[in-house]
Amino acid sequence: MENNGRRGFMGKAFGAVAAVGAVGSLVAMKKSWDPLPSVKAAGFTTLDMTIYEENQLVTEKWRGKPIFVLKKTAEMVAKQTEKQKARDIIIGGSHYMVSIGLCTHLGCIPAYNATEQGFLCACHGGQFDFSGDVTKVPPPRGFDIPPFKIDGTKLVLGEAGPEYTKMKETGITL
Amino acid sequence: MAHFTKATSVKDWLNQRLAIDTIEKVMGSEYWIPKNINFLWAMGMVLVITFVLLLVSGIFLLMYYQPNIETAFYSVNFTIMRDVDFGWLWRHVHGVAASVVFLIIYIHMFTGIYYGSYKKGREMIWISGMLLFVAFSAEAFSGYMLPWGQMSYWAGMVITNLFSGGSLHADGLVEWIRGDYVPAQAFLTRFFMLHVLLIPLAILGLIALHFGSLRIPHVNNQDGEEIDFEKESKRYLNGDKAGSKVMRFANDFMSKDMMVVGVYLIFFFYLVFYNYGFAMDPVNFDPADGLKTPAHIYPEWYFLWSYEILRPFSVDIGLIAFGFAQVIFVLLPFLDRSPNTVAANRRGLFRIWFWMMLINMIILTAMGKLPPSGIYSTIGFFAAILFIAQWIALPFITMFEKKV
Ligand code: HEM
Ligand code: FES
Repeated sequence: MENNGRRGFMGKAFGAVAAVGAVGSLVAMKKSWDPLPSVKAAGFTTLDMTIYEENQLVTEKWRGKPIFVLKKTAEMVAKQTEKQKARDIIIGGSHYMVSIGLCTHLGCIPAYNATEQGFLCACHGGQFDFSGDVTKVPPPRGFDIPPFKIDGTKLVLGEAGPEYTKMKETGITL
Repeated sequence: MAHFTKATSVKDWLNQRLAIDTIEKVMGSEYWIPKNINFLWAMGMVLVITFVLLLVSGIFLLMYYQPNIETAFYSVNFTIMRDVDFGWLWRHVHGVAASVVFLIIYIHMFTGIYYGSYKKGREMIWISGMLLFVAFSAEAFSGYMLPWGQMSYWAGMVITNLFSGGSLHADGLVEWIRGDYVPAQAFLTRFFMLHVLLIPLAILGLIALHFGSLRIPHVNNQDGEEIDFEKESKRYLNGDKAGSKVMRFANDFMSKDMMVVGVYLIFFFYLVFYNYGFAMDPVNFDPADGLKTPAHIYPEWYFLWSYEILRPFSVDIGLIAFGFAQVIFVLLPFLDRSPNTVAANRRGLFRIWFWMMLINMIILTAMGKLPPSGIYSTIGFFAAILFIAQWIALPFITMFEKKV
C-alpha cells in the first residue's frame, strides 16, 4: 500500500517532468519550421510606372511572388464599372491594375489574353477580368493587391500607403 | 537465470538464445491461411516487394541527389541520368514503382471492399491500411518535389495552398509549412527530410501495425466464411491436409504468393525498361520557375480522382468535398451497416454500389486529366456529386440488406 503510494507519486512526478519537456519540445519544433528571419525581412520592390505599355501585361517579382502590372487603355477606363475602378492605382493620370499574380484559388499564375482582356487560370479554370476581379469560380475573390505606396511616378511594393490602406479597409483586397 | 546447455549445432545455439524455432512457427509454418482464396490475396506481398524496390532504388538515388534549389534539377536529370552508371535504372525503378504501387494499392483496397474484408474484427486491418494509403500519398507527394522541375514547384504551390482552408485564409499556416512565402529552399529541404526519413519510418511502423492487425482475425476468404482456425489447424497438423480448410503461410501459401510476385516483377521490369514514360511527366523536365505556371497542372494519375472532386466547386465547397473524399474510405467499416461478410455480388444493392463506385472513380480519374472546361467540367461535376451521394446512401442501402 505504502509502496503503491510512492510509485504513484513517482509516476506523477515523472509525468509532470515529461509534460513540461513535451510542451517545450513542441514549441521548439514549431518554431524551427517558421520562415527564417532573412526570408521574412525580404525587402521592398520599387517599380518605375512610366515604362509600361497599354494593355500589355508585365510580370514583376516581389517576395518571390509574381506581380501583375497592366496599364489600362482609355477604352478600358471608360467602360469600367465602379467595382472595377475601385481596384485601380492611379499614377500620373494613368490607371493601372497592380496585383499579386497568383490565382486566389490555389495559387497558379493565370495567363492574360490581351484580345479578350481577361485572365484564365489553367489549373481549375478560374477567370478574372482586366481589373483583376474574379468572373468565374473556383477562385473566391479577385487578385490580392500587394501593400503599395505611391511615390511620384514610382510604386513601392511592401509598404502600405494611404491608397492601399483605404483599399484594405473597404475590403477591396485582403 | 535461464539454463543453457552445450549447443549441438549453430541452430541449437541460436535457438537457445533467440528461440528461432518458435519465431519461425509463429510467423511462418503455423500462421494459418484459408485455402479458399485467389490471386488477389497476393497483392499484399506484391506491395511489400514494391516497397523494397522503392527503398533500394531510393538509397542509390540518395547518393547523388542534392536537395538544393540550384542543383537539385541537375543532380537528377544530368548526374543521375547521364553520369552515374546505371543511374537511370534506379531513377526509372523508383519512378515506376512509385506509380505502380498505387495501382496495386487500389486493387488491394477494392479487393477488400468486394469481399467485405473490413468487417467483423477486421476493422483495424482496414484502418491501418488506409493510414498506409495516406502515408504513401504523402511519400509520393514529397518525392515529387525533389527533382525541382516545373511540376514539382507548381504541385507544391497548389497542394500547400490547400491548407489555407479557403475562406479561413490561414496564410500563416501555409507559410509555416513552406518556411517561406513561396516554395523555396526551406521548402525543398524539409520535404526532402520528410521523403527520405520521417515518412518512410512512419510507413515501416504502419506496415507492422497492418500485419499485427491481421493476426487475430486472419485473412478473409472468397465466401467470407467464419473459419475455426484452432480446429482446422489441428486437423492439418494431424495429417488431414486435404480435408483442412487452412494451409501454412510458409512455405505453402508463400510459394503461391511468390508465383504472383514473379509474374508481377516481369510486368514491372517490362515497364521499367520499355515503358517508363508514364511515370515521368514531360513538364517536369523543365526546371522550376516561380514566374511561369505550366499550361496544365494535374497531379500524378493516382491523385486525379480526388483532385476532380475538388475542381468543379467554388473554393470552400471544393475543399469540403475534397476533405470528405480523403477521409471517407476510412469510415467504410462503420458506414456499411450490413452484417453480411460476403462477396459484393451476393449482396443485392451493395453489388450495384460497389461497381458504380469503381466505375465512377475511373471516370473521375479520366476527367481529372482533361482540361477543366465544357463537357468535361459537367461530367466531372456530376461524377463528383455521385461520389458523395453514394457514400451518403451507403448506410441506408446496407441497413436494409437481407442476411445471406
Ligand atoms: C525510404 C525509401 C525512399 C527513399 C530513400 C527515396 C528517395 C528518393 C530520392 C532521393 C528521390 C529524388 C530523385 C528522383 O526524383 O528520382 C526520390 C524521388 C521520388 N520518390 Fe522516393 N524514396 C523512397 C521511397 C518512396 C516511396 C515509398 C514512394 C511512393 C510511394 C516514393 C516516391 C517518389 C517519387 C514520386 C519521386 C519523384 C520521382 C521522379 O520524379 O523521378 N519514394 N525518392
Ligand atoms: S488555382 Fe486557379 S483555378 Fe485553381
